[in-house]
Amino acid sequence: MQGPLTQFLMKNPSVLIFLGLLSAFTMFAAIGSEAFGIGFISTSMIKTLGKTLCFCLIAIAMDLVWGYCGILSLGHFAFFGLGGYMIGMWLMYERTRLIVENSMANAALPPTPEEIQEAIGTQIFGVVGGAEIPVIWSFAHSLPIQLAFVVLVPGLLALIFGWLAFRSRVTGVYLSILTQAMTLALALYLFQNDSGLRGNNGLSGLQNIPGLDHVPQSHISLYFLLASAFALGLGFVIAKLIVENKMGNVIMGIRDNEARVRFLGYHVETYKLFIFTLTAIMAAIAGAIYYPQAGIINPAEIAPIASIYLAVWVAIGGRGRIYGAVIGAALVSMLSSLFTGGQIPNIEWGPINIVWVDWWLVLLGVSFVAVTLYAPKGIGGLFDIIKLERNK
Amino acid sequence: MKGRVLCPFICLETNVISRLFFLLACLVIALPTQAQEGAAPSLKSIIAQNAPDIIKGSVRTAPPIIEALVDLDEPEALRFLSLWQEKSLWYRKADDQIFIAEEREDRTYELFDIATLAPVETLPKKQIKQIKPNSGLRALIDEALVISRLKNDDIAVRQEAVSSLSRLANEQHLAPLRAAIEVEPNQDLKAEMERLERFMTIQFGTSSEERVEAIQKASEDLSIETRANLNRIISSNIALRESVGDDANIARQVMPGEEDFSIEDAYQLLINNDLAEPIPTASERTQILIDNIGEGKVGQFTIHNLDTQKNRDAAYLALVAEGKAPFWSPGLSADILVEQFEFVEVYDEANAQVTAAAEAALKEIETRVAMSEFMDVLLDAISLASIYFLAAIGLAITFGVMRVINMAHGEFIMMGAYTGFVVQQFITNYTLSIIIAIPLAFAVTFLAGVALERLVIRHLYHRPLETLLATFGISIALQQLAKNIFGTQARPLTAPEWLDGALVINDVISISWIRIAIFGLSILFFVVLLFVLNKTRFGLETRAVTQNRQMAASMGINPNFINMLTFGLGSGIAGIAGVAIGLYAKVTSEMGSDYIVQSFMTVVVGGVGNIFGTLAGAVMIGFLQKGIEWFNPANTLAAQTYMIIFIIIFIQFRPRGIIALKGRAAGD
Repeated sequence: MQGPLTQFLMKNPSVLIFLGLLSAFTMFAAIGSEAFGIGFISTSMIKTLGKTLCFCLIAIAMDLVWGYCGILSLGHFAFFGLGGYMIGMWLMYERTRLIVENSMANAALPPTPEEIQEAIGTQIFGVVGGAEIPVIWSFAHSLPIQLAFVVLVPGLLALIFGWLAFRSRVTGVYLSILTQAMTLALALYLFQNDSGLRGNNGLSGLQNIPGLDHVPQSHISLYFLLASAFALGLGFVIAKLIVENKMGNVIMGIRDNEARVRFLGYHVETYKLFIFTLTAIMAAIAGAIYYPQAGIINPAEIAPIASIYLAVWVAIGGRGRIYGAVIGAALVSMLSSLFTGGQIPNIEWGPINIVWVDWWLVLLGVSFVAVTLYAPKGIGGLFDIIKLERNK
Repeated sequence: MKGRVLCPFICLETNVISRLFFLLACLVIALPTQAQEGAAPSLKSIIAQNAPDIIKGSVRTAPPIIEALVDLDEPEALRFLSLWQEKSLWYRKADDQIFIAEEREDRTYELFDIATLAPVETLPKKQIKQIKPNSGLRALIDEALVISRLKNDDIAVRQEAVSSLSRLANEQHLAPLRAAIEVEPNQDLKAEMERLERFMTIQFGTSSEERVEAIQKASEDLSIETRANLNRIISSNIALRESVGDDANIARQVMPGEEDFSIEDAYQLLINNDLAEPIPTASERTQILIDNIGEGKVGQFTIHNLDTQKNRDAAYLALVAEGKAPFWSPGLSADILVEQFEFVEVYDEANAQVTAAAEAALKEIETRVAMSEFMDVLLDAISLASIYFLAAIGLAITFGVMRVINMAHGEFIMMGAYTGFVVQQFITNYTLSIIIAIPLAFAVTFLAGVALERLVIRHLYHRPLETLLATFGISIALQQLAKNIFGTQARPLTAPEWLDGALVINDVISISWIRIAIFGLSILFFVVLLFVLNKTRFGLETRAVTQNRQMAASMGINPNFINMLTFGLGSGIAGIAGVAIGLYAKVTSEMGSDYIVQSFMTVVVGGVGNIFGTLAGAVMIGFLQKGIEWFNPANTLAAQTYMIIFIIIFIQFRPRGIIALKGRAAGD
């Protein structure tokens, strides 16, 4: 007797392979980490790996919405950032509260709740010239509520935006530009000092988890790596469940010929809205795990350019296959940090002197054009060739 | 004419006769020292006779001396006065003779003659003494100098005198200024003097009719200076009704808690008038509690219980009962107390007619300023719209006509701007360099566009989303390339001199010539493109390919060639736009990305495939942005945010833009 899960796994061995590789990778990281293992992987490297896993998760979301459903969203990094902001509010508020209470403990009189509130306000918003805690921070003291917001706020934004856009049948490049405009509007809004989220200072000190001051960063970074890996695994399975079912066929149909799917009687808008919102939530969760590892979030992170890079990762990895998105995100973001981090030796051939920090973006841009032109299937296309060779 | 010269303060005639008349007039003034002399006074004689008074420098004795010196109307005499004022005069103790002194080695001073500046002798410091007029006297001298400068022959000196008067005028300056206006030959300066005279009349005029008239005249003037002067007249402060007399010029009654007059301010007034005791604030009360801590307790309250405001209040009340703290009770609040009193706003100016006229004049000016500001916003909006039009029109051709999205469009704008910058490195004449830069920028970006079309876009015609991504790749590569070549700092693109400055319409409305030039350029582009697309063979073929590629091809048109040219044209226009935008903003490698989203908005909002649409889109976005900024001028970021949100909603209702193509050409 085979349960539906076993059936699904039998049909899709790639899920098992992926989960196996992912667990092997996390085991490897744990063994190599400074916290529990032999320590040849530095804490900052663990953080980089954890952040890369988050990028892989948002790349899966992007692949679902673009590679499978044909919506080139240039706004998913906005959802990523919003998720980060939502969790960042709790991290910053609670940590500031602990610090404030600590420093007030030695005052002559025990502080009143009002005094604590005021001190927190000054501490957090003094930098933008305010002391009052804005209304949107009303629930910042509560982790469960902010965690719910991580899902609800970007989800609701995606739902409203998607409903507006799909209802009036904005498609193709128009939709891309519209999502880009949404991202720009959000970034510009957050750049203001009176947005209630500290303007271009953003939220900082997010790597310090409130109440866990006694736990060293090396441990925390590993916990977050595990959380990222878990979220990525879950995201992979969910994405597979969607695309390998009837729903997957419908959304791929929408990608290939929207009008025909509509004429077949499917409510195209609902499908698109579902995928758009779901992937926005996935992006937000990725962001919520990413920013505590990055430590700081500011509006520049959600500028339209970031979402375009996301599309670049997925395109290079290979659209329309979940593992392609993961490969693309991991490869390009790791390469990017290698090149811009100065870890690749510069080339000096006589008069030609290539400093990779300066030339990496040129290389990325050109290779991206080359991939689009000559390898539209991306790196994932290589696997097809291997498969063909084997079947010969 | 000569009769006028008799006025003892004024001498603008240069001829000898009038000078003689003037000297006669000076003699008429009853100066005792001159009367004794009986002959025409000279600088030397005046100083010699009045030396003791000059040295003593009292406000009582000095005015006749100053007057006599001014009336001499000699540069030396005026120089003497300013030296006197600057404390640069010294006198020899032996004979009280006055000199200019300059410090030399060994605490000695070299003395110079006051008239000829010739060196006289060098004396040790002990034998001389500095003349130090007090501040009252210095003010007197300064006033006399201003008046004498007003009648100077040199226009620069008069100008200087007027501007110093406008900073520090008093009622004594009014008469000489009026006299100076009568004879001022320079029209500009005369207008300035008249304006100053008006301000001074408003402030110092003798009758209220005179002042009201001046105020009414001033209401035609929109300058900030006028407004500041009028505002000075209606400056007021808030006082307790009973503390001001019945004859006070009361503006209105004010209620505490109104704008600019908080309950706290009102209460402070009561305290100042000894009608109330200060209420200890929360932090003061907390401090008193802290001061009264003893053995972990405040009175009977243990400290750790004092972590709520309620308990703290209770502890404080206990202290009050013991007499250890100033009175306070929870129900005690300032607003109940202040309600029992009447507060009024009192003008500093006592004359009610004048303040009423000033209020009316200010109101009138405000209305006119608001209208001018509205005009200014309109002009700004037109200017912004033309910049967006310039940036977007190239895109409208490539995106609209060919349905190809070119994310590298912004980088073509940047390329054009850098072309202009490079040209200016070789040709230093700015006019010539701009004339060369414009066609060169077109050529460079045209070629870049053709290359992009041939190498990349041609292969992606059936995959529009991928065109977007591929051109984005080009865009980041080009941006980084520009950064590597030209560096990250902003490069200047200098406008020729004839584009410097601004067209000033009145004190509120002004628009820079560069913006006017950009406006002209966008009109030119609009007309030229309309002509090219509608009246030339190339335009006809472009439209044919746009509408039906296969059909056009079967009619003998080469669609690939047309597409290439169209793309080149769109890119070339971006290059020219780059030169224009570079003149108005700075040239950086990121300037393209500042315009790309707005350009897309312009094209999409306006309606794709239509030059009129782009114009409509640019006008709408430009006006919208400026309009939103007008409501909230401090926050341009918010304006952009709201504009984008508006556009997103707008697209819901007109997904195909303001001017939508109909029929088959609309396609999908």
